[in-house]
Amino acid sequence: MEWFPLGRIDEVPLGGGRYVETPAGQIAVLCNEAGELFAVHNRCPHRGGPLSEGFVSGKTVFCPLHNWQIDLESGQALPPDQGCVKTFPLKTEGEEIWLGLPEMQS
Amino acid sequence: MGNKTRKARLVVIGNGMAGIRTVEELLKMAPDLYEITVFGDEPHPNYNRILLTPVLAGEMRLEETILNDHDWYQEHGITLRTGCLVTQIDRVRRQVITAQGEKVPYDRVLIATGAAAALAPIPGNDLPGVYSYRDMRDVEALTQVSADGGEAVIIGAGLLGLEVAHGLNARGMQVTVVHRRAWPLDKQLDARGGALLRQAIEARGIRFLMERESAAVLGTDRVEGLQFQDGSQIPAQIVVMTVGIRPRIALAQAAGLACEQGILVSDTLQTYDPRIYAVGECVQHRGMTYGLVAPLFEQAKVAANHLAEYGRMRYQGSVTSTKLKVTGIELFSAGDFLGGEGTEELTLLDAHQGIYKKVVLQGDTITGILLYGDTSIGPWLFEYLRDKNNVASLRDHLLFGETHLGDAGHAGVNQAARLADSAEICGCNGVSKGQIVRAIRDGLFTLEEVRKCTKASASCGSCTGLVEQLLVSTLGGVYDSSARKKALCGCTDYSHQEVRDAIRKEKLLSVRDVFRYLDWRHPGGCATCRPAVNYYVRTAWPAESKDDPSARFINERAHANIQKDGTYSVVPRIYGGVTTPAELKRIAEVAERHAVPMVKFTGGQRLDLLGVRKEKLPLIWAELDMPSGYAYGKALRTVKSCVGKEFCRFGVQDSTQLAIDLEKNLERMWAPHKVKLGASGCPRNCAESTIKDVGVIGVDSGWEIYVGGNGGMKVRAADLLAKVKTEAEVIQISKAFLQMYREDAQYLERTAPWVERVGLEQIKSRVIDDLAQRVELAERLDFAIAQEKDPWAEAVSGRLDIHAAPLRRVSA
Ligand code: SRM
Ligand SMILES: Cc1cc2nc3c(=O)[nH]c(=O)nc-3n(C[C@H](O)[C@H](O)[C@H](O)COP(=O)(O)OP(=O)(O)OC[C@H]3O[C@@H](n4cnc5c(N)ncnc54)[C@H](O)[C@@H]3O)c2cc1C
Ligand code: SF4
Ligand code: FES
Repeated sequence: MEWFPLGRIDEVPLGGGRYVETPAGQIAVLCNEAGELFAVHNRCPHRGGPLSEGFVSGKTVFCPLHNWQIDLESGQALPPDQGCVKTFPLKTEGEEIWLGLPEMQS
Repeated sequence: MGNKTRKARLVVIGNGMAGIRTVEELLKMAPDLYEITVFGDEPHPNYNRILLTPVLAGEMRLEETILNDHDWYQEHGITLRTGCLVTQIDRVRRQVITAQGEKVPYDRVLIATGAAAALAPIPGNDLPGVYSYRDMRDVEALTQVSADGGEAVIIGAGLLGLEVAHGLNARGMQVTVVHRRAWPLDKQLDARGGALLRQAIEARGIRFLMERESAAVLGTDRVEGLQFQDGSQIPAQIVVMTVGIRPRIALAQAAGLACEQGILVSDTLQTYDPRIYAVGECVQHRGMTYGLVAPLFEQAKVAANHLAEYGRMRYQGSVTSTKLKVTGIELFSAGDFLGGEGTEELTLLDAHQGIYKKVVLQGDTITGILLYGDTSIGPWLFEYLRDKNNVASLRDHLLFGETHLGDAGHAGVNQAARLADSAEICGCNGVSKGQIVRAIRDGLFTLEEVRKCTKASASCGSCTGLVEQLLVSTLGGVYDSSARKKALCGCTDYSHQEVRDAIRKEKLLSVRDVFRYLDWRHPGGCATCRPAVNYYVRTAWPAESKDDPSARFINERAHANIQKDGTYSVVPRIYGGVTTPAELKRIAEVAERHAVPMVKFTGGQRLDLLGVRKEKLPLIWAELDMPSGYAYGKALRTVKSCVGKEFCRFGVQDSTQLAIDLEKNLERMWAPHKVKLGASGCPRNCAESTIKDVGVIGVDSGWEIYVGGNGGMKVRAADLLAKVKTEAEVIQISKAFLQMYREDAQYLERTAPWVERVGLEQIKSRVIDDLAQRVELAERLDFAIAQEKDPWAEAVSGRLDIHAAPLRRVSA
């Protein structure tokens, strides 16, 4: 696991998200109303909608394209929909958000 | 209260439909508040009583009617005591006592003892072979005895009487139904409908004896027949009495709780003793007792809300409708369908096809509905009845339902029941009728639940009507289609109107404040309530409140339309569809410089640059240097124009200029849904003004103003609101109309359904007849628009951050 700084906590809007470009693809960094942060691939399992633009509430993000709901801890779509999106670890140090990416073999 | 180690104890007496529904609602709101014990004197976990007849008729098995199995109770930590009758509530020691002598202490009690079948007070009513029809035990007994065939006599031709007649007939018995009135179901049908029903039932081999008063059950060791007051007799091996139900109140009475017909409860479902709540058929609220589950479920919601210590909801009584659930017979009735003094009747009778429809009107509102043979429009009519909405403009098709339903998936709205199981109901999610019906049978009762479980109508929502139809035809009277009273979304029990009232009354200035003040179930809300509540806050307090971008859909947050691949489209404002060569050149250059994948004329007379990446939006806006066209917003979109009298040989008014003026006056206006206007220079109407939210048409003497038109999913021609002389009047009236719409319509309700709901008369009286109100409304709109700035200019200047760029680019 390799950790990368992403920016300050207050750059991610409460109840919404931002995206980051990484070697592992676009990743959505999402923040719920209580300030908890989550990171998932920025591609909805339905038809690839950008999850960074959806509503976040509790542990759920609502995809902006067709309203699928995705659990941010497991990455699983909530029933009755099926599918899943990869999740990534985040940590904060002070005001800074760090993203954990699997080590790249080169 | 102090003692934190012990949870409060809730004892539920009655393991039936209302009691357990209350527990379910309670668990949703406060899963850990109580240690719950449920007593039921039946041996089963909670089952669906209204499915007893399918079980009796052999169409269903007992197990299929179970709503909550033993595992459910266990999972929720509920102690269930089946086969256990509670005989006493000791209010002094705060304990309930069972027939076995067991004592269980309580902090709160919920009485949900339901009702018992009443017996006809005639000699012999206790003979073996006399049955009632209320619970699974009755069904088991009747199943057994009917195996030998023979003659069954049913006393009472009400809903239950006809159901049990149908069940026993299906089991091969000879069935005779005896009734004191002249036709069956006299509480649900008039004489004409009764005659049709009788015919249909007789055709199945069931016999009726009408206007007969029973005098005695005959027999020595067991039933042998029934004797009437006129002395005549008929033979019978069994007699089933379905002459009414009696609320089970003995327990409450003995505990000193005030009772009349039922246990008296307040609007919070509390009895005389505030620790003791009661719901279901055993209660009497504002003088009414109910015998259908829809109102009981409403009671359950309110009682749970108070048990959960939210303490906000009030139960104010219910308006109910009934359906008969005998396969092949369709019947729907509600309200005062007999009519009489001061009422009018619209009727349609097709005796040959067995169809009879009757709508009773008092003035311009529906007060009674009776449908026989074809009940498809029942729910549609019922909504008008319950909400007391004005139906003057619908009079012509009240008996036929919503007509002109086109091909785009709306055709079936009134025909769901006749579709094949494989028919697709929800086009968005590919859900068939069969799937939905199966899911409902497995224990769903509301639209919300069907959406959650099957996805049907969860996306664009245009098939909501069909799904509601299926709920009604599958559940009978259980389903309550209370659209208006419906909660805003799953996060709250409050309706749109209740939320708006609270925002105004309590001066709530942000979405968060509203969620907090109204105890939202999820503090973050959902995709339905966040934008709606934000809109309500903004319209109520345009100056004091702040817009909340996190409560806006992506389109309104990015000020551009998101596309299927995550890119965006850019539609600048082109007032009235009129542009200049210079402007066109600039647009062309921008498109070329940024290699915009497609440039397209929209259906709204302007240009669309499609396929733009989010990162590029601010730059493109800066280079275009034009205001946003709000093509993405629940807001003013376009004002379409035609050539008008400046150039056109037929034109009598300057529609182009008026369109430009209207657009300049209304731009940046947010609304419950998108708003489109049109201005045509003569009645040839080239700007299609009659399918616009507001449309004007030039005539010799001035302008005609039309409102409530729609050209989208369901076409609706606009209604003529007024005829005026000057452009200034057009602008003022348009503003007043739109402000009334902004203040009154539900979020995502376009003007077309809104105009139908409130009625043109009401709109005229505020916007046309009352000049002072018109001025005030227009001023309020001007004030609201004055608070808004062009979002593209704001973004270009850096005052508005649409988060165009990624938060970070991480390189390996
Ligand atoms: C761009 C445009 C099509 C075009 O290329 O001409 C368009 C594009 C969309 N329309 Fe439209 N509508 C466009 C004119 C219309 C018209 C014609 C008109 O305005 O004269 C109608 C029928 C008139 C009416 O509204 O009554 C129309 C009725 C709809 C509807 C159905 C609305 C209804 O009440 O039934 C929707 C769905 C909705 O809003 O919920 C819709 C939704 C959409 C959305 C926003 C779908 C979405 O949510 O993503 C489309 C965005 C496409 C995209 O990817 O950018 N569009 N749409 C037109 C933009 C006009 C403009 O300049 O602003
Ligand atoms: C055959 C039939 C068909 C029906 N069809 C429809 C229909 O189509 N649509 C509709 O809306 N409604 C219908 N109903 C009515 C509906 O079933 C009732 O309105 C509903 O079940 C009432 O709910 P409840 O909780 O008040 O009472 P119940 O469901 O009767 O529950 C009360 C429970 O409490 C138990 N109990 C009572 N006293 C005690 C005690 N002292 N100790 C322990 N337990 C006790 C009872 O045994 C019972 O299990 C039908 C009813 C019947 C019988
Ligand atoms: S009709 Fe409108 S919503 Fe449908 S595809 Fe065309 S632009 Fe999109
Ligand atoms: S792409 Fe996410 S719901 Fe369709």
